[in-house]
Amino acid sequence: MSFAQSWDFTPGVRVVLDDMRQCSREYEWLEEPHVSPDGERVAMVAALPDPALSVAVNGEVWEATFEKVWYPRFSPDGRLTVLAQTDGEWTMVVDGEPWEEQYAYIWGTLFSANGDIIAAPIQQDGKYGLSVNGTPWETLFDNANQVTLSRDGSAAAAVVQVKSPAQADIAAFQEGIFSVAVNGVAWDSIFVNCWAPTFDPAGKNVATTIRRSLYDYSIAVNGKAWTGSYACAWGPVFNPATGAVAAPVRKAGAWGMAIDDAMAWDIRYGQLWHQVFSPDGSKLAAIAAVSFGDFTVVVDNTPWDIVFPVVTDLTPSPVGNRFAALASNHNSDFAILCDGKVWAGRYDMAYPPVWSPDAAHLAVTVEKAGRFTVLVDGKAYPESFDKCFDPAFSPDGSKVLIRAVAGGKYHRIVAPVAAFTG
Amino acid sequence: MKTIADRLIEDVGLRRGVDRLTPEKIQKVFKELVAGECGARMKTYMETCVRCGMCAKACHYYMSHKDPSYTPVAKVSQTMWRLFDADGKVDPKVIYECAQVAYTECNLCRRCIHYCPLGIDTGYIISVVRRLCHKLGVTPQYIQDTAHSHSATMNQMWVKDDEWPDTLQWQEEEAREEFPGLRIPLDVEGADFMYSVIAPEPKFRTQLIYQAAAIFNAAGVSWTMPSTPGWDNSNMAMFTGDSEIMARIERAHYETAQRLRVKRIVMGECGHAFRAVYDVGNRWLGWKWHPVPVVHSVDFFWQLIQEGRIKLTHKYAEPVTIHDPCNIIRGRGLMEKLREVTHFLCENVVEMTPNREHNYCCCAGGGVINCGPPFKNVRIVGNSIKAEQLKATGVHTLVAPCHNCHGGLEDIISKFGLNMHTKFLGDLIYELMEKPEAE
Repeated sequence: MSFAQSWDFTPGVRVVLDDMRQCSREYEWLEEPHVSPDGERVAMVAALPDPALSVAVNGEVWEATFEKVWYPRFSPDGRLTVLAQTDGEWTMVVDGEPWEEQYAYIWGTLFSANGDIIAAPIQQDGKYGLSVNGTPWETLFDNANQVTLSRDGSAAAAVVQVKSPAQADIAAFQEGIFSVAVNGVAWDSIFVNCWAPTFDPAGKNVATTIRRSLYDYSIAVNGKAWTGSYACAWGPVFNPATGAVAAPVRKAGAWGMAIDDAMAWDIRYGQLWHQVFSPDGSKLAAIAAVSFGDFTVVVDNTPWDIVFPVVTDLTPSPVGNRFAALASNHNSDFAILCDGKVWAGRYDMAYPPVWSPDAAHLAVTVEKAGRFTVLVDGKAYPESFDKCFDPAFSPDGSKVLIRAVAGGKYHRIVAPVAAFTG
Repeated sequence: MKTIADRLIEDVGLRRGVDRLTPEKIQKVFKELVAGECGARMKTYMETCVRCGMCAKACHYYMSHKDPSYTPVAKVSQTMWRLFDADGKVDPKVIYECAQVAYTECNLCRRCIHYCPLGIDTGYIISVVRRLCHKLGVTPQYIQDTAHSHSATMNQMWVKDDEWPDTLQWQEEEAREEFPGLRIPLDVEGADFMYSVIAPEPKFRTQLIYQAAAIFNAAGVSWTMPSTPGWDNSNMAMFTGDSEIMARIERAHYETAQRLRVKRIVMGECGHAFRAVYDVGNRWLGWKWHPVPVVHSVDFFWQLIQEGRIKLTHKYAEPVTIHDPCNIIRGRGLMEKLREVTHFLCENVVEMTPNREHNYCCCAGGGVINCGPPFKNVRIVGNSIKAEQLKATGVHTLVAPCHNCHGGLEDIISKFGLNMHTKFLGDLIYELMEKPEAE
């Protein structure tokens, strides 16, 4: 579902907030600015002199005040969430309305793709789990971490501690105390460790990296472990079309890709991680070190013929089989990689690539000498800014929404792709 | 000559591990390790050591106990040479002895490299012994528990996901009473640096987080801390020999910094954590250098001073001496910057002898202090040379920019009645700096 259908994509520059410091009430500070996906609102945590904290949206402070506020985040459908404390108890506040349930602590807000499900890890009475739209899991655990929400929000999962050995009881730990809970129900199977649980696109299946002993890494799907045993393994992903599970695994000092408990890519990489499938599942790409210190992108086990000291942010196109990534020389001289080619410019920092819905264009926010701008297909928007948030494409891919701060003003800019000429 | 067999200490982790071994299993794992992970470096060291014994006086254990079995060459002799001589097929009790030597009688401080005419890195050899012991399941209980914590929580103190941001918010609230408007900025994308600390700070040294926030606030720098796992820069798995968990921790740390788009990572005053992030974990993960530049606090404070961002109301008047932490001095060469910072802060600095890269280890590092109570006495007695070195300075204030060093030095100070107290650089800066917003 694309909420961008309803956004204003009339080309032009609009100052949404004349002064990022403007506020309807006296304040001590305004911080943690977050901009709505449509670029129409800027939310900030506001410290009021009472003393109390609240939230300012385009300078208008909510009526409600709290002891503490943090983690302002907009949901994909544009609702503003914050985590707030009142009388020592925490809850989620959505567009100014707190959930009824309160917790000892709440953090790390998650959203479903269409935004109708909001979830967050919670701690209550020393027990851990998730709260989904304000309803906590029926069963909470001694610990729960690495939470994840299915794309449609119908299911949530976390690594959970299901046994509680005494302090420093290393034998009990090594017999296994962790599992994965889905919607609050733990798998029957227990492992020494579980890491990086992930859902398939339908939210029906969960895969996770496991450690069966200190030396035996593998993958478990819906609680059932692969037979393959590896010296190490990173987090798995599902093929969106076939449901196959792919995970980088290490053997004899090198990495390869296992799919559904069988080796699919040779064990030949110095590193292999961040694997992603194309939307139709026909291509599998990953970041790899083809030799020590030489990183690139590998698509279906074929490396691109360019290497860099560091490669990050591998991003598949939403349709088709295109891949983009960022490269750097140890966090400087950032370059943008697209389908095996390198864009010309080099930057002090680059932000995650954003594809147009039709995959015809690629946008990236970059920073150079403290100034930000947005590139589209390697060409820069003619102006630079003090700060840019992630760009977004219009549904037809012909225009780009730039959300930027310059001279203390927050600008909402819609520019045709053709306007990127720099 | 006495040997390790004459001083075995009972440890639950070591005993349990050894009880499950057979000579055949040991040999299999040893051969796999040598063939798969050691390469030319180990072979070179094994074949070039001439047993000259020049390393003996480099080792604080030997200098303290005056027992030749504590010399670096003897430690290698009692572990790796013994294994090579037997082609790895040894009685399980040998592995117990190897583990006790490797985990509790060598701090991997690498002082002995400087005294070896052939440049042999005994610390590396002992690290490989630890790797073997890990693969055999023979690790001291308490440090193994710490490695378990790393694997389960990505931090070494079992700090749960809520406890970390809650602690930061608590410290921010406390600090605001002294510095109105102070923030501990969480998850600020694009900040100049991510500040990372070791897990004991939120667990029981929260004042260090407070002080760091106060210093950064006064210096007017752009910084952030992550609210998510990846905040802990410590790494005890590096010292148990569990390279896979070591790497998983470093990946989380670096990828957290990458996600926040910071220009660099500034690490708190810890030595072993710096070694893990700066030198070890990055390479295991396949990076030749650091995917995000890493700066130790000593270096960072030096930069702030150079930029005039730290202003003092006065200097620390009482004489101080400097302890040079192994991992940032021999490991990174920060000895002169450490002195420049200390002289900036203090009126009277009395050098220990020897100092800089020749300084004696605190005897806590390399994970030795984390092996816990069973080995505490040997560790402390094993550093009487350090106590003598401290006493000879005649001062009462000891500056040590490393957590493990503080632990080890405080034990020595207590045991030998030295009438000294330890300070981090952050302690001194906080104490002495202008506090522009203080009421």
